[in-house]
Amino acid sequence: MSAMSHLDELEAEAIYILREVAAECERPVMLYSIGKDSSVMLRLALKAFYPEKPPFPFLHIDTSWKFKEMITFRDHTAKKLGIEMLVYRNEDGIRQGINPFDHGAAYTDIMKTQALKQALSQYRFTAAFGGGRRDEEKSRAKERIFSFRNETQAWDPKNQRPEMWKLYNTKLNKGESIRVFPISNWTEKDVWQYIQREEIEIVPLYFAKERPVVCRDGNIIMRDDDRLPLLTGEKPEFKKVRFRTLGCYPLTGGYESEAVTLDDIIEETLSAVTSERTSRVIDKEAAGSMERRKREGYF
Amino acid sequence: MRSLLKFITCGSVDDGKSTLIGHLLYDAKLLYADQEQALLLDSKAGSRSGAIDYSLLLDGLMAEREQGITIDAAYRYFTTHARSFIVADTPGHEEYTRNMAVGASFADLAVILLDASQGVLVQTRRHARICALMGIRYFVFAVNKMDLIGFEQAPFAAIQADIFRLKETLGLEHIYVIPLSATEGDNVTEPSPRLPWYDGEPLMRYLEGVDITAHTVEAGFYLPVQRVCRPDHTFRGFQGQIEAGSIRVGEEITALPSGEKALVKKIYLTDQETAAASSGRPVTLQLDREVDVSRGCVLTREAGLAVAKSFSASLLWMDDSVLTVGKDYFVKLGTKLLPGAVNAIHYKIDVNSGEHLPTRQLKKNEIAFCEITLSEAAVLDRFHAHKTLGELVLIDRISHMTSACGVISDIKQQEDRPAGTTFYHRNLLAQADIFEEFYYNLEIRTIIKQRPDRKSYTVGDEVPLKGESYCYPASFDVIVLKDQIAVLVRDKKIENICALSGYVYTGFPLTNGRGFGILANTAAEVALFLSEYQLAKRENEAHFFNKWISFSTYRSVIFHDDFWMI
Repeated sequence: MSAMSHLDELEAEAIYILREVAAECERPVMLYSIGKDSSVMLRLALKAFYPEKPPFPFLHIDTSWKFKEMITFRDHTAKKLGIEMLVYRNEDGIRQGINPFDHGAAYTDIMKTQALKQALSQYRFTAAFGGGRRDEEKSRAKERIFSFRNETQAWDPKNQRPEMWKLYNTKLNKGESIRVFPISNWTEKDVWQYIQREEIEIVPLYFAKERPVVCRDGNIIMRDDDRLPLLTGEKPEFKKVRFRTLGCYPLTGGYESEAVTLDDIIEETLSAVTSERTSRVIDKEAAGSMERRKREGYF
Repeated sequence: MRSLLKFITCGSVDDGKSTLIGHLLYDAKLLYADQEQALLLDSKAGSRSGAIDYSLLLDGLMAEREQGITIDAAYRYFTTHARSFIVADTPGHEEYTRNMAVGASFADLAVILLDASQGVLVQTRRHARICALMGIRYFVFAVNKMDLIGFEQAPFAAIQADIFRLKETLGLEHIYVIPLSATEGDNVTEPSPRLPWYDGEPLMRYLEGVDITAHTVEAGFYLPVQRVCRPDHTFRGFQGQIEAGSIRVGEEITALPSGEKALVKKIYLTDQETAAASSGRPVTLQLDREVDVSRGCVLTREAGLAVAKSFSASLLWMDDSVLTVGKDYFVKLGTKLLPGAVNAIHYKIDVNSGEHLPTRQLKKNEIAFCEITLSEAAVLDRFHAHKTLGELVLIDRISHMTSACGVISDIKQQEDRPAGTTFYHRNLLAQADIFEEFYYNLEIRTIIKQRPDRKSYTVGDEVPLKGESYCYPASFDVIVLKDQIAVLVRDKKIENICALSGYVYTGFPLTNGRGFGILANTAAEVALFLSEYQLAKRENEAHFFNKWISFSTYRSVIFHDDFWMI
């Protein structure tokens, strides 16, 4: 009966939240984005209900532009653990040829936000777990662990229900649903240390390796397939890079790095001089862009 | 000492809360380069002077940046060589007090800021009071903006004296007073040469060293059950977090409220089997026999928890709608969610003077001492004895807003005289609500019951046969099924109160314990009615009621438009 470490306390808080939702909410789902935060969430879900399997399905919103290694990892993980993995794509958007090069912010809206809304309403999920953390961005820092969305899935930051102690209020009004963020209070460093402690498998893209890339607007973009058009003057090259966050490959900047083990990654994270979101191209829009997207239904 | 410290900053508007945290992060070199760059850019763009505006690190909502105020609590994370910290920066405006309370319920320690040029303000007292109410035991009073009073000791000493008076009034346990300047960085992380007369620690060093676990040990073991884990018919485990004490395989526990006892067969600490587990751990317990346990029950050992229906609590009202006495709410207490109502507001508390003021209603951000009754007995305790089972929230049954939060201070044991109307004679006691009024509230389009004040009647007493929404005949019998007692009213007065087992039907009209007519007109029908009740008790109660009970015989529902008069 050793004393609880910082990670033990964060783990206990997250498990408490997972169990509350499973007990009180009608149709929960866990969003699974294949990234490191999702990997931690998945592990927490396996631990929270043991020896029972997580009593809810997992949902991946596939924009069709994810790294190939992510999709392989997703399918391998679902099969290995025997969990129910739902995959949803906005087929309308795919038919219209919506892509990150020609459609910019509209791409994120249609292929991520709208796709998520469609999936939640199609399956009638009333509560969706997400791996959002308050240290990621300033408007997230203000968001409750149980965050309500109205019938259009929009967030009203000025009118959040008070969240007292561990007494979470899961009562829904008509058309409302909840986003639940069990790892709200974790930092990027906590996530990495937990991955190390629990020996959680993660997508190999997090580790540095020689990869085919192009440099564009100061970002290192991986040519994951030949859908990435080369601009004039750009020439593909091989660099030893890794990724700090994972998303759609044309929108995810890599880092030149020598970090090939978890220890290397943790050391690199601790000494990093920029926050992880700088590698997400969408976050560099005007201040408040994240809040605006969340008001519109972004996770 | 705990390696993680959760604290909040609070205080009045413009006392510099956000600036202080911004400075802590900045000093500790905890900003990433991109955040720092954004800070410098934002500071230049803002209307405040060209200097770095540290508060911009915290106020993340667009409305907050536009108005230059904090609306909701922001959470920040940092680690020094000594400790990990989570800090919630909370709003100073009275309007957003409930968001400040959210932060306070999460924290172990509060840093309350004061403006050295202003001293202790109403908002300082309000925040200290709410922090104390939410269970915070450790307080730092940071007397900020010392630069405005020339870093002088005398005015600081005067403020410090006020703070000590506040400590006495509120019964705060541990306080530490630090003079500092958040904008200029004096006494934030390093001792300041401009405050040579101050011999205490600067803020950051105090936060790194303070031990908040002292005197927080609760008696016994308890685990509120979150869910029952049943992967297949061979396994039944109870999942929850241990809130106090520890448990070992082989030890005996009691399941509340049933009171059944069992031995612990296996303990899983998340997915690992273990011989023992202690406070704070998420576990799954398997018992050696079948016991009646579901979500909302509590597994306990030597903790002395209560099973009770009514209690007194201090409430912080957080809803834009006013508190209505008698209206049903959902009460969440531990892992139990059940209906309940505020029966009485004993008094509200003036946040500034602490004075007890009589009141009939409660508005947003007011604190009051109230009496709450639950629809059934639940496992609970005084907040100061077992924190987790002394905390509650009230949830509006229509809007689903978290309307109030509160802490239990006093428990009414079951044998206490119940609220509402009681009938007693010798050793017989029946609780019957035949004088309740039924109103249809036109504002919220819901039927609301209003109980009369607590009153007892015995043999010989005259009873009020006519109310706004009921009218009984001069002679009738009240059959209180729940307590198995009959009350015989003859010519407006109680002639007898007897046990149902000795009751003889003599042809007078009948009501049940709520004043609803009973559709039985012969001795044979009455006998059938009573025997069917025994069968219907557990299941099919609605069928039984629809067959035998008539609301409209002696009662009606009165339309009412003045919501708050009810």
